[in-house]
Amino acid sequence: MRLAYYPGCTLKTTAKSFDISTLESSKTLGIDLIEPERWNCCGTVHALSKDDVMHHLAPIRNLLRIEEMKKTGIVEESKVITVCAMCYNTLKRANLVFNSDSDKVKKINENMENESSVYNGSVQVEHLLETIKHQGWDNLRNKVKIPLKDLKVAPYYGCLLLRPRGLGIDNADKPSIMEDMIRALGAEPIDFAYKQKCCGSYHTVFMKERVADLSYKILNQAKIAGAEIIVTACPLCEFNLSHRQTEIIKNRSEFKEFPVIYFTQLIALALGLKEDSMVFGENKTDPRPLFKYKGFLKEI
Amino acid sequence: MSSENSGQILKINAENKEFKEKIQDLSGEKIDLCFQCGACSSGCPMVQEMDYLPSKIIRMSQLGLKEVLSSKTIWVCTTCFNCEVRCPRGIDIANVMEAIRQVVLRQKFDKVNIDMLTPEELRELPQIAIVSNLRKLTA
Ligand code: SF4
Ligand code: SF4
Repeated sequence: MRLAYYPGCTLKTTAKSFDISTLESSKTLGIDLIEPERWNCCGTVHALSKDDVMHHLAPIRNLLRIEEMKKTGIVEESKVITVCAMCYNTLKRANLVFNSDSDKVKKINENMENESSVYNGSVQVEHLLETIKHQGWDNLRNKVKIPLKDLKVAPYYGCLLLRPRGLGIDNADKPSIMEDMIRALGAEPIDFAYKQKCCGSYHTVFMKERVADLSYKILNQAKIAGAEIIVTACPLCEFNLSHRQTEIIKNRSEFKEFPVIYFTQLIALALGLKEDSMVFGENKTDPRPLFKYKGFLKEI
Repeated sequence: MSSENSGQILKINAENKEFKEKIQDLSGEKIDLCFQCGACSSGCPMVQEMDYLPSKIIRMSQLGLKEVLSSKTIWVCTTCFNCEVRCPRGIDIANVMEAIRQVVLRQKFDKVNIDMLTPEELRELPQIAIVSNLRKLTA
């Protein structure tokens, strides 16, 4: 299956492990992800004010690239796969605006005169978790080489994978898609109270301490519930939950570093891929000691 | 509404009415639906940093009170949509927060300045954090 893939900016810089583990594990699952030849930042957040059209241009331009890929036969479907929760949300919502508001379509098209074609609104925005779910959890289970037996994994959804209501990849009140994925990998999903709670998001820039406090609550709830590791699908959540542990430890000496990784890194591990497909060295909180202790990674 | 009930109806002046309509237009939300249950505030992760609770911002917006423009709440909201999934009246409170922020930002106001960051912070922060922060907090 050849599908278009929109990585987004952060996956090319501080979250390369997310990009690489996505590409490598998808390949093993029979999904060839193809990046458009050129793409631009989606803007990271959906413009919420009703009269703001300009900020929809960036995501729509990316969707146009996908339509072009479909037209030229580079990909099989008019669909784009994302993994970053913020890219997913921004592309999906801009697409929805485009397909429901003809006045805005006119304005958007007027401002994209430099493009050689116009966007038709045909692209379907999908998250990789949905793609894997549609393949069937058995497909994933059957490809597992190293069942992650006895590993207790807390799925952290955060905000934009699930909200606003109806726009997310799963039920906003009671999601289960990450739990199903964790089970298919042979690990045990840990339910915890804060799995949908916000980590403080972009306030990590100027309100570090508050974000450290929110992240602490999330990490601590996962720990109390018995988790050994957290998986996430957002480079901003990953940053807050792992990098802000430095601030947490400064304020709470009893706090012990807690590993946080991308869900695709966990998949790559269970699929038995090479270590350079998981890039665990990039994670601020190194999960390798845990995985070695569990026998999933060889001691070197 | 019959005229004998008019004494019980809260009347707002023209200026407040205009401001209220502006918020409604920009947000696309029917803020009059709010019946002050407080569900939005109870699940909000940022209340400790707020001066007015999210539910209070909605009430003030119903009355067209321009004090919302100088509230801390609109800037510390993380746009997490937790309030949106909780509201029994179907109001997307995050949209209202954005509308109020936009009224301020459109006067060429920047809440934050990237120059406030140290070179180390700039190096460490992922661009997803910086771009989204500046999108929400600068003009
Ligand atoms: S969107 Fe803003 S107001 Fe609503 S719960 Fe999140 S932080 Fe609070
Ligand atoms: S949850 Fe909705 S109805 Fe309840 S106070 Fe908040 S905005 Fe009003």
